Amino acid sequence: MNPSTLPLILLLPLVGAIAIALAGRWPNVRETISLLTAVTLAVLVFSWFPEVSEGLRPRFVLSEPLPGLSLAFSLEPLGMMFACIASFLWIINTIYSIGYMRGNNEKNQTRFYICFALAIAAAMGIALADNLFTLFLFYELLTLSTYPLVAHKGDAKTIASARVYLGVLLGTSIGLLLPAIIWTWVATGTTTFTLGGIVEGHIAGAAVGLLLGLFVFGIGKAAVMPVHRWLPAAMVAPTPVSALLHAVAVVKAGVFSITKIIIYIFGVDFLFNEPSAQWLQFAAAFTIITASIIALYQTNLKRMLAYSTIGQLSYVIMATVILKPMAEVGAAIHIAAHAFGKITLFFAAGAIYTAAHKTELWQLAGIGRRMPITMAAFTIGALSMIGVPPTAGFVSKWFILGGAFQAENYFAIFTIIASTVLNAMYFLPIIYFAWLAPPAPGVDMNHGEAPKAILLALAVTSTLTIVFFFFNQPLLDLESQLVESLPL
Amino acid sequence: MNLADHLPALQVIVPLMTAPLVILLRNGFLAWLGALLASLASFGLAILLTVAVLGAGVPEYAMGGWQPPFGISLNVDGLSALMLLLVTGASTLGLAGGRLSLRRDIDNRRAPMFYGAWLIALAGLCGIAVAGDAFNVFVFMEISSLATYILIAAGRDRRALSAVFKYLIIGTIGATFYLIGVGFIYMMTGTLNFADMALRLADVIETRPIIIAAGFITIGLALKAAVFPLHIWLPRAYTYAPNAVTVFIAACSTKVAIYVLLRFNYGVFHGNLLAHSDLFTVFIIPLALSGILLASAIAIYQGNIKKMLAFSSVAQIGYIALAAGLATHAGLMAAQLHMFNHALAKGTLFLCVLAFVLTTGSASFSNLAGIGRRMPWTMAAFVIAGLSLVGVPGTAGFVSKWYLIVAVMGMPGWGVPLVMAIILSSLLAVVYLWRFVELAYYGQPPDGDVSRMEVPLPLRTLIWSAALANIYFGLVPQLPLALAESGTTTLLGGLLP
Repeated sequence: MNPSTLPLILLLPLVGAIAIALAGRWPNVRETISLLTAVTLAVLVFSWFPEVSEGLRPRFVLSEPLPGLSLAFSLEPLGMMFACIASFLWIINTIYSIGYMRGNNEKNQTRFYICFALAIAAAMGIALADNLFTLFLFYELLTLSTYPLVAHKGDAKTIASARVYLGVLLGTSIGLLLPAIIWTWVATGTTTFTLGGIVEGHIAGAAVGLLLGLFVFGIGKAAVMPVHRWLPAAMVAPTPVSALLHAVAVVKAGVFSITKIIIYIFGVDFLFNEPSAQWLQFAAAFTIITASIIALYQTNLKRMLAYSTIGQLSYVIMATVILKPMAEVGAAIHIAAHAFGKITLFFAAGAIYTAAHKTELWQLAGIGRRMPITMAAFTIGALSMIGVPPTAGFVSKWFILGGAFQAENYFAIFTIIASTVLNAMYFLPIIYFAWLAPPAPGVDMNHGEAPKAILLALAVTSTLTIVFFFFNQPLLDLESQLVESLPL
Repeated sequence: MNLADHLPALQVIVPLMTAPLVILLRNGFLAWLGALLASLASFGLAILLTVAVLGAGVPEYAMGGWQPPFGISLNVDGLSALMLLLVTGASTLGLAGGRLSLRRDIDNRRAPMFYGAWLIALAGLCGIAVAGDAFNVFVFMEISSLATYILIAAGRDRRALSAVFKYLIIGTIGATFYLIGVGFIYMMTGTLNFADMALRLADVIETRPIIIAAGFITIGLALKAAVFPLHIWLPRAYTYAPNAVTVFIAACSTKVAIYVLLRFNYGVFHGNLLAHSDLFTVFIIPLALSGILLASAIAIYQGNIKKMLAFSSVAQIGYIALAAGLATHAGLMAAQLHMFNHALAKGTLFLCVLAFVLTTGSASFSNLAGIGRRMPWTMAAFVIAGLSLVGVPGTAGFVSKWYLIVAVMGMPGWGVPLVMAIILSSLLAVVYLWRFVELAYYGQPPDGDVSRMEVPLPLRTLIWSAALANIYFGLVPQLPLALAESGTTTLLGGLLP
């Protein structure tokens, strides 16, 4: 296909947002437009998949505001995968949103759908970014467009949490990411993502570790501790937004950006031989273990899931900094695997809230008998988080561990095993109590399943979590192009 | 000579000659229309001059055929063209967007006088940008300042009177300092023409009167430009002026003083006084830095949107002064770009404020709570311009901030602390802007009324054109870049690499 049609991928959700705004008065039309835009976008994105799989790298420069600093788009394996996940999950999330927003009689639904479409446009921009400048532009746009979604409820507590969300994400990106980008540009004269990296030969020694730090903590969306505070704060948002944050766009944009920067800006080989960059795997390991321990102590379902996400994100970062081919593939695939599993878990949490108005873990005892479909989906999602076959989580964990063995990195292997144990410790009791325990005294159990739209979305994502275990070859083929040139 | 050759003179003459005609009109609307047409014509002339500068260049214009250095000469280069675009653009924006607001603020009987003063201020500001000698710059500076005092005090708000008195005193001190400096130079060189002065100074370099002159001129202009801590006149003057006047002066009046500062320091002193650029750097950068940080911090604590934006202006002037003080090619580029981009953002922001006040009657935060839900279009434009002020990529503000940071990084030794200061101040800008944005979207309106009320469509269109210009010049900044490049070349004159 013609590379000049790449901007269409961004334009489509933008046009959708405008159409949604115009149709705001008629909910049915508005939601049809939302769904239609999502489907068209997914078709458009997936139509690029074969070309990119064959090794083509379409590239299109939209404008060049400053010399050497252009607004350019390109598709490579990592971005292709992120765009596919985000656009596909948007369809399911839209179906779910319709059920959830109507089921809970939320206000300002038009604004919700507009901002959602804008956020997807921004996510597409991040996926397609051909250089750091373009990435940064859409990264900020994603933060700004999701702010009204997080603050959706509009009461004092929500506003305060949304302020934390915006403050941390904008603060880190302007305070750390922007200097990192300028530093890269001044040192190398370019910001274009190039396979093999651009930093080598321009920056050396301890400065590499420092630059890596600016990037990793500047991309607050990846929630490496201590810049993770925004994620639990954002739990005040409606559940479809939590799903957007945790699975479709926001945190995925964070780890995607870091992975892309490590592969295309630093270069895997260069970083492997640079001692000053080794700190990152310890930071990631610390985040994985600490987040899992904090999750153990949570009593609120959504907050527990938030800390689980923080840990899972650092899996991706850990896998990337193992800096071996199998681990890089594992990092890429974990972005997808975690997306399917986590969106299922959040959908389930939202279904429970919509049908039973339950948010705390102790209220869930015995709920499996009332909401079997929801809890079955929840179980699949939880198993995927732990990494039990036959779920998606197992595939990525396999590759990450494989990479760790290639690198003979026993620290990483230990961290992953320890974290698996911790994940099992906080997910398995919930599953056990939900299915087998009697309801807690005083908890109202007179409710049935969630609305149909919600169940449909849940069924699709949980099925996908399992299907991905058996059918993942196209994605593996695509992502292995990332590391083709590397020695094993 | 055909008419096209007279463009530099017409730039001043058109508004200056229209002013008395406007005063003769006995009707507020007609006077407004006359002023708008004259302002539009000036804007058109500025565009023609810009095209000429970017093409073959504009030859030096000798008034009445008297050749410089004896006659009065008018010079238009890239920097002048940039200033002319800003001044005439801001004036047009203020007039076009301000009809409803001015009709409310200005008594109909006095309206013709008011619009006359507006055009005189416009003529003065244009005159500064085209004048080729130091004395005419002074004359035009006085013309524009006196007219500006009238504009600020013309509204119904009585607090403007004390604000403008402060401005008058400080402005006069600044102008006097400038005149003393020019006097010293005239005493030593016998010339007032910039180009001639730069040549003749070579004979009297490092003499005490010249060094003192440089000091007087720099400080006098820093007063006029409101470089921190010489800014004390600015916040109250911006706050209590009629809203349309604030749109006009906030976008361009302080920048014109910086323009003269650049002309003098680089065009005249830089090549002649050995230690001058170091002294200038050491003098201006600490002030600029304190302005960037402190004024941004003060802006956070304001309860009035106009006052908040006024303090933000003081901080932004700090950016321009910082960039100008670096005395490098990249620094001068950044300074000029930021003049352009900041004018664009601030003009849009004050235009939005004008619309807010038009519908709600006051600019205090408590009164504007929930305004984002009542005036979604205007508020969205405010957010776009606000992002440009912060320097978010994709907006004009990012281009100049990028240049500024790159310029600062080139400074050996203090690059990193300066970058940190700029970043910190950008974050402070996020804080003070978001305080208002949050209040506007999620605050409860004072009377609990959340029904829609927007300003009329023409004003909304204008506001949105201005907001979109912020995005356009963020993605396609070729025009200001070319002008700044041309301006930098003349200023440095091949002195610096």
